[in-house]
Amino acid sequence: MLTDQLSAIFGALADPTRRAILARLTEGDANVAEISAPFKVSQPAISRHLKVLEQAGLISRSRRATARLSHLEAEPLREATAWLAGYRAYWDASHDRLDALLAALQDDSTG
Amino acid sequence: MPKTQIVAEPGVPQIVISREFAAPRELLFRAHTDPQLLVQWLGPRAVTMSVERYDVHDGGTWRFIHRDADGNEYGFHGVFHGTPSVDGIVRTFEFEGAPSHVSLETVTFEERGGRTLVRTNGVFQSVEDRDAMIQSGMEQGVNEGMERLEELLARPTTAA
Repeated sequence: MLTDQLSAIFGALADPTRRAILARLTEGDANVAEISAPFKVSQPAISRHLKVLEQAGLISRSRRATARLSHLEAEPLREATAWLAGYRAYWDASHDRLDALLAALQDDSTG
Repeated sequence: MPKTQIVAEPGVPQIVISREFAAPRELLFRAHTDPQLLVQWLGPRAVTMSVERYDVHDGGTWRFIHRDADGNEYGFHGVFHGTPSVDGIVRTFEFEGAPSHVSLETVTFEERGGRTLVRTNGVFQSVEDRDAMIQSGMEQGVNEGMERLEELLARPTTAA
């Protein structure tokens, strides 16, 4: 079954606000005020989301006296999407065989 | 670039598989319901697939078996709901290695200009069941990726 870490990542990604936060951080590091700006959610609520993202390894946060910055950690996100890669490859191979079978069946009927 | 699209959102007990084929929908329906055709394309490369029964009617049952190189057998079975047709196939799906974990599959065939988009929507009883289905299709390469992920996440973060 899934490792605890992978479950933490998917738990973190299962929330649309957290996904939106990650999308914002693709544009660059930001502090809580900057991240909170487009949301109707309070800053403490955003901070709770940031903690979940940090525990999942999807962001890292600097310790600064003011304006603590959140930074997107892209590698865990890339690795998590590899989870689907094996399953997709399995179906892709079956579908490639279906492609060939359909071509052969249509050739037979027109030959 | 793989042609098959898979959508499996985190925390949602569903998998949607879609791909377009250069054939009319009647032929895609046949390929999905004729046992002699099914065994020619469905299933992992490393196994032999045999169809024990495939009763394509409302309430009809189906069962097929995968046999691997070591002779291990894996059975799958279910029931068709409604009359399967080019307008869609609805069936239950159960892997005999995980009894009572049943999913519901809906396959649709949308034809446009001689090409057909086949979409399979699988709905599971839990997110865990959905995740187990995805893991079952993993190949060695992805397992290695998982080990690398565990190592990566075990490293201390840069945040103080």
